Amino acid sequence: MADENAPTATASAEIPSRPERPAGDRPDRGERPDRGGRSFRPGGPGGGRGEGGPGGRKYFRRKKVCKFCVEKIEAINYKDIRLLAQFVAESGKIVPRRLTGVCTPHQRRLSTAIKQARNIALLPFAGRAS
Amino acid sequence: MNRTYELMFIVRPDMAEEDQDKLISTLETAVTSTGGQVKSVERMGKRHLAYMVRRFRDGIYVLLTVEGSGGLIHELERRLRVTEPVIKFLTVRIDEEQKRLDKIKAIRDARRKTSAAPAAVAGEAAGETPAATA
Repeated sequence: MADENAPTATASAEIPSRPERPAGDRPDRGERPDRGGRSFRPGGPGGGRGEGGPGGRKYFRRKKVCKFCVEKIEAINYKDIRLLAQFVAESGKIVPRRLTGVCTPHQRRLSTAIKQARNIALLPFAGRAS
Repeated sequence: MNRTYELMFIVRPDMAEEDQDKLISTLETAVTSTGGQVKSVERMGKRHLAYMVRRFRDGIYVLLTVEGSGGLIHELERRLRVTEPVIKFLTVRIDEEQKRLDKIKAIRDARRKTSAAPAAVAGEAAGETPAATA
């Protein structure tokens, strides 16, 4: 009796086409819009940067300023890899400016400098910078 | 004929000191014979490379600042390409960038001077008026 019930119980849990399924078993498609709004789309709720009051979103992104504009660093040289390495990810990729907050002209110069540094083996093309 | 270039090249790490000197002096003579001018030579020493170049993990970096025409750089790069110990080189033109930096510096200095003069005048005026009212 117990043996008969147990296999059927497990079978009903495994077969996905069963109509009756507890809420916890449902695929996380239903959960994703909630979670995705927070972590997967930084542009969306991060638009709360411009909003003054809470417009439904509790969190906001603090204003990101361009490091070069603030510190008045004009010369972005391919030789100072300590400065350049701040804008390079662990994988060696150049970090986009929406994450670092760099302004467009400085991002362009920074990107050229990083590519020059990569060519002269001061920075890696891929992988951890030693 | 007044373009300034920065030529950085990497030499294999097991190259002797005098061979490096010989190579650099060869390049310098090539520069002066073509009518250019060597601004500076900087040896940055042995460094670990970010990736393997021709099966080497370390290299000796040399930075050469040269003033001359584009043809001169063409000649220098040709020499570096055939030189066996040189494993990598990079040439960057720096006179335009230098011009831009100088311009910014000049604007900043001018701004600082003009802001210093009215500040002195304002200081005097502010010093007088509280004394007058008091």
